Amino acid sequence: MANKIPRVPVREQDPQIRATNFEEVCYGYDLNEAQLEASRCLNCKNPQCMAHCPVSVKIPNFIARLLEGDLAGAAGVIAEDSSLPSVCGRVCPQEAQCEGACVLGIKGEPVAIGKLERFVGDWELEHGGAKRPSVASNGHKVAVIGSGPSGLACAADLAKLGYEVTVFEALHKLGGVLQYGIPEFRLPKDKVVAREIEKVKALGVRFETDTIVGRTVTIDSLMCDEGFEAVFVGSGAGLPKFMGIPGENLNGVLSANEFLTRNNLMKAYLEESDTPVYVGERTVVVGGGNVAMDAVRTAKRLGADAYIVYRRSEAELPARQEEVHHAKEEGVKFEMLVNPLEIIGDEEGWVKGVRCIRMELGEPDESGRRSPKAVSGSEFEIPCDTVIMSLGTSPNPLIASTTEGIQTTRWGGLIANDEGATTREGVFAGGDAVTGAATVILAMGAGRKAAAAIDAYIKGKTE
Amino acid sequence: MFRIIEKRLLAPDIWLMNVEASRVAKAAQPGQFVIVRGTDDGERIPLTIADYDREKGTVCIVIQAVGASTRKMVALEEGGALADFAGPLGQPSEFIHEDPEALRARRFLFIAGGVGAAPVYPQVKWLHEHGVQVDVIVGARSREMLIITEELRKVAGNLYISTDDGSEGFHGNVTALMKELIDNRGKRYDEVVTIGPMIMMKFVSLATREYGIRTIASLNTLMIDGTGMCGACRVSIGGKMKFACVDGPEFDASLIDFDEAMRRQRMYKTKETVADHRCRIGRGE
Repeated sequence: MANKIPRVPVREQDPQIRATNFEEVCYGYDLNEAQLEASRCLNCKNPQCMAHCPVSVKIPNFIARLLEGDLAGAAGVIAEDSSLPSVCGRVCPQEAQCEGACVLGIKGEPVAIGKLERFVGDWELEHGGAKRPSVASNGHKVAVIGSGPSGLACAADLAKLGYEVTVFEALHKLGGVLQYGIPEFRLPKDKVVAREIEKVKALGVRFETDTIVGRTVTIDSLMCDEGFEAVFVGSGAGLPKFMGIPGENLNGVLSANEFLTRNNLMKAYLEESDTPVYVGERTVVVGGGNVAMDAVRTAKRLGADAYIVYRRSEAELPARQEEVHHAKEEGVKFEMLVNPLEIIGDEEGWVKGVRCIRMELGEPDESGRRSPKAVSGSEFEIPCDTVIMSLGTSPNPLIASTTEGIQTTRWGGLIANDEGATTREGVFAGGDAVTGAATVILAMGAGRKAAAAIDAYIKGKTE
Repeated sequence: MFRIIEKRLLAPDIWLMNVEASRVAKAAQPGQFVIVRGTDDGERIPLTIADYDREKGTVCIVIQAVGASTRKMVALEEGGALADFAGPLGQPSEFIHEDPEALRARRFLFIAGGVGAAPVYPQVKWLHEHGVQVDVIVGARSREMLIITEELRKVAGNLYISTDDGSEGFHGNVTALMKELIDNRGKRYDEVVTIGPMIMMKFVSLATREYGIRTIASLNTLMIDGTGMCGACRVSIGGKMKFACVDGPEFDASLIDFDEAMRRQRMYKTKETVADHRCRIGRGE
């Protein structure tokens, strides 16, 4: 019986060893393990996994191909809906999506869909996917702003439809958050990110780095002077938030964005990098999301005694379960139900500690999570050398402020309808620039929807 | 890649590079900066724009070789190329939004120190082209460290030079020269723009406050992306947190917490960094 087989465990680097290096934590399945795990899939008539995938990957189909040993076929099935399987297999919150909906999960362990997707994606990167027929250009130019998950997904879909797509990236490397945000030990840059982007290039998509839309060029100049008929804005998360507590400008306090960008984009963890990074003996990371986990595990690898400080309890941590589990295995300490009140500095203006207060959970707030309340008289101090604020981001105003006719919400996110259309004709948007900080896969889903809407818009205009 | 079409030594360890970057040249305005990586393993270095030619599609930058990445950058030769050249970044100087007629009625004094003369040049040139004559003070340690003075002389109303050692012009610092102009030479100013080392801008600002002259300073903070993403450049302006890269780099000097900004600028010079165990003290990056 297929469902009697327990979920095949995945091999990982030893936690003690990996806490001192930046190599990938998870080794992934080999073919035998992948096929054994694939054999657990019940191939449901009404697959809930697929219904819970933001890009609707035909999960039972690719698993069936994998089981047959048709790996190119499996890759082809995924490619119909996702251009980044090696990325998504690694960073999607599967427990809240496909795997969370798997029937096997009701009484036991769900199929390890993420690990299977990763296996197929990596196989394709290694062996080359099924040759796709090259699509003749339809003569229409579309600009995509940002080479992160939403931009890549949008660009890939449009290229497959014959559009001439140019992606404009502000940084010197492609990939957006995949490049600057998610660490090497979770998402290898050369082995996975660069090769996934090569696949998008192979579809005919052009990329221009060092181009800040809103500064180097504007949406108006792209549409009026450079002949782009539509623009997709996938410019990502934006400006890091701080708490507004005393001491946040002390030396040794930084945003998770800065800390991760130094390490991931600029490779500050490598001896040969010119970009400096400092963690000291103890680093406190404030926040409980995936970015906080990435930051704290990076600090741990740089040699710090690393702490997470989070104002709710462990059950409310927004991070992927696997990241929390990995962080604990690596020796990260979790201070739950704790909120910083003040960062304390030494006489030279460097951090020497965080004064915190214990919290307790009250009634659920508008987000449905129980809101934390301070326990009076419970103040205490955590001595530390570095404090990393991982509290989310607020949208970058650069595009909205330099583009006529684009409206934003009260908190600064671009206003876009379900198809991604903004308040300006021909301009579409998706991903964190619209929703605020979310996940890679939701951004990809938004990019795909917008690609379909852009196709309909341009066809409608030219008919 | 961005081709270097001209490279010149302006002063010891200070180089000028004229770089092909047509989109940046087309969009650049006085007051803005670029982020440059010389080589593929270099840091992202924020550099002020020293000049631009929209027709030729070139942008001029001035680089002081003080750290590992800037040394690699200035080792590149004419005909070679910079790996990355991103910009223009930051807000343009606020006067470009004003009516030139109104600007002509105001008396501007620009005070530049060291390589700060470079970013002052496009501002003074812009004003000159819009019929606004302004005075300029350029200060340096000594005569050999003075840069861009010939170019400035062509576009400035009056150019005053000060050197710390008295080897050229006024013997003393820029603040002392400004006081000399106002106290003893009958000069009157409505607005001061100062660009240079933070400590210099702090003292200019303290002095202009006494004279009641509105003062703008351009902050050269730590930065990585330069687009608002990292927050390394945050500064306190009138007690509020601002990002120099997107809100600045120019701010009302009387509102700037210079002491905090100077301390933050030295962040990676006062601690040995864990990642590379190389001491960076005294490297002046």
